[in-house]
Amino acid sequence: MIKNSDFTYQYKLELEQIMSQYETKRAALLPVLNLAQEKYGSLSPEIEKAAAEYLDLPLMQVREVVSFYTLYHTKLKGKYHFQVCRNMSCHLLGCEEIIEYLKTRLSIDVGEDSEDGRFSLSTVECLGACEIAPMMQLNDRYIGPLTKESMDEILSKILSEQKI
Amino acid sequence: MSACPKILSQHFDVPNAHKIEVYCSRGGYTSARKVLTEMGAEQVIEEVKKSNLRGLGGAGFPTGMKWGFIPRQSKKPCYVVINADEGEPGTFKDRYILCLDPHALIEGVIIACFAVKSHKAFIYIRGEYVEPVRIFRGAVEEAYEKGFLGKGIFGTDYSLDLIIHVGAGAYICGEETALLDSLEGKKGFPRLKPPFPAVKGLFNSPTVINNVETLACVPHIINKGAEWFSKLGCEKNGGTRLYSVSGHVKKPGLYELPLGTSLKEIIYEHAGGIRQDLILKAVIPGGISSSILKANEIDIRMDFNSLAAAGTMLGSAGIMVMDETTCMVKALLVATRFFAHESCGQCSPCREGTGWILKIVERIWEGKGRPQDLDNLIDISQNIEGNTICAFGDAAASPVISYIKKFRGEFEHHIKTGSCDLVEAALK
Repeated sequence: MIKNSDFTYQYKLELEQIMSQYETKRAALLPVLNLAQEKYGSLSPEIEKAAAEYLDLPLMQVREVVSFYTLYHTKLKGKYHFQVCRNMSCHLLGCEEIIEYLKTRLSIDVGEDSEDGRFSLSTVECLGACEIAPMMQLNDRYIGPLTKESMDEILSKILSEQKI
Repeated sequence: MSACPKILSQHFDVPNAHKIEVYCSRGGYTSARKVLTEMGAEQVIEEVKKSNLRGLGGAGFPTGMKWGFIPRQSKKPCYVVINADEGEPGTFKDRYILCLDPHALIEGVIIACFAVKSHKAFIYIRGEYVEPVRIFRGAVEEAYEKGFLGKGIFGTDYSLDLIIHVGAGAYICGEETALLDSLEGKKGFPRLKPPFPAVKGLFNSPTVINNVETLACVPHIINKGAEWFSKLGCEKNGGTRLYSVSGHVKKPGLYELPLGTSLKEIIYEHAGGIRQDLILKAVIPGGISSSILKANEIDIRMDFNSLAAAGTMLGSAGIMVMDETTCMVKALLVATRFFAHESCGQCSPCREGTGWILKIVERIWEGKGRPQDLDNLIDISQNIEGNTICAFGDAAASPVISYIKKFRGEFEHHIKTGSCDLVEAALK
């Protein structure tokens, strides 16, 4: 369990560096939340409270920002987070088939996490890489064009703990 | 085939082009040095005005004129904000610049900041771009180490800081005023204009907001002159353009071509034509917000004015190609789902309208369409258009109106039969 003070105490230097770049405390909110999510994997109510206290903001202003942006999540994601793009170019080149295949292989539905905490599956609206459609973001990496074969290869690497 | 001058993409194939030594060895930062040591701010603005450079994020506003709007006597600090949010589906050009030629952008930022007498710039990069952020951060650190950013640049008394601000996933933050709200730590809600950002922008101060591709053009304008740059394009559209081409083409990718190159040429000559030599059905010319063109409408010049005259827009130059296997109902479903998902929710017509449109298109797609649905869709779209704070409402409406207008028969057939057999028939 993260205590309110842990985040601001542990990452004091990084937070001070962020704060020094902005004219107002509030402007540092997104970078502060980005840092917190990078360190803890998700934004718990405790983290929201810590960010609000650190930036002298009402908790509600932090919460409304957390709920507005799609990259913030309030629950931990699996170790491998598959985010398949489903916008136009990916749709035209068969992302639906890729999503269905991943659902079967990972045994989870879109929006779900596997019980062992290993996998999460999401669909996203355009990742800005239409030239490699159909594509996905696997954790930080962009991968495409995707085929069932290329996904089998990725999954076998993950299952044998190899670098992707 | 058009001659293809490589301006913005000239370093893309050079090994380690993102490193400052490589950039400098190819003449990099000489324009910024020239501007800071030999030119005055007004002179730079005049040069950019003469070049006919227009905003390449989508709106196409003349860049020099935008810089000229910054009040000269303001006591408040002035900011330059670089829009690297790049969320328009079909568009991926800025990612290439951030990853493959980040110093061209940094050099453009230095020149822009000097021209408007700004000492602090913020680049807003979309949160999904983890790799581009990492590369660009490295480039900024290199520029500071070399003394091209920070205090006393090129031995002058001019100083400039460039701050990297990473977004958190919201298409609306590509809209310039929503981007400012996001930069100030708020939800990305667009602001009413006026006041325009040039007068009251970031932290209530005069602010210039430019797209990545726009600023990456600037060093080349200074280096080779406004006249050279303006001649690369066509009337009132200077320079080249990075066209993002995707969908049903043989060679999807990024193509640098003159503004005004024919859409037909881009698809058939540069992008290799339609996959498996199938028949072209439709093209989205400028990102998902632009009105769709039918196959017989692609003999058109890709510039701001020609596409506007054809009832669509150049926008971000994100070309998405659809062959005869494409179901237009499903394509519209994909587009409307996007807009319903990304509406920021501030204005009722957009918030309610985009969701309503999605429900109707979903119903048609599921085979439960009603005869009045198409007229209702047009009616709802027309009631969103022009009734919202920002252009998102118009962007959400234009695909609906254009898809139905141009492929009405297919939509009617789908409502009547509940199926996609027109597409299947095309493939027989």
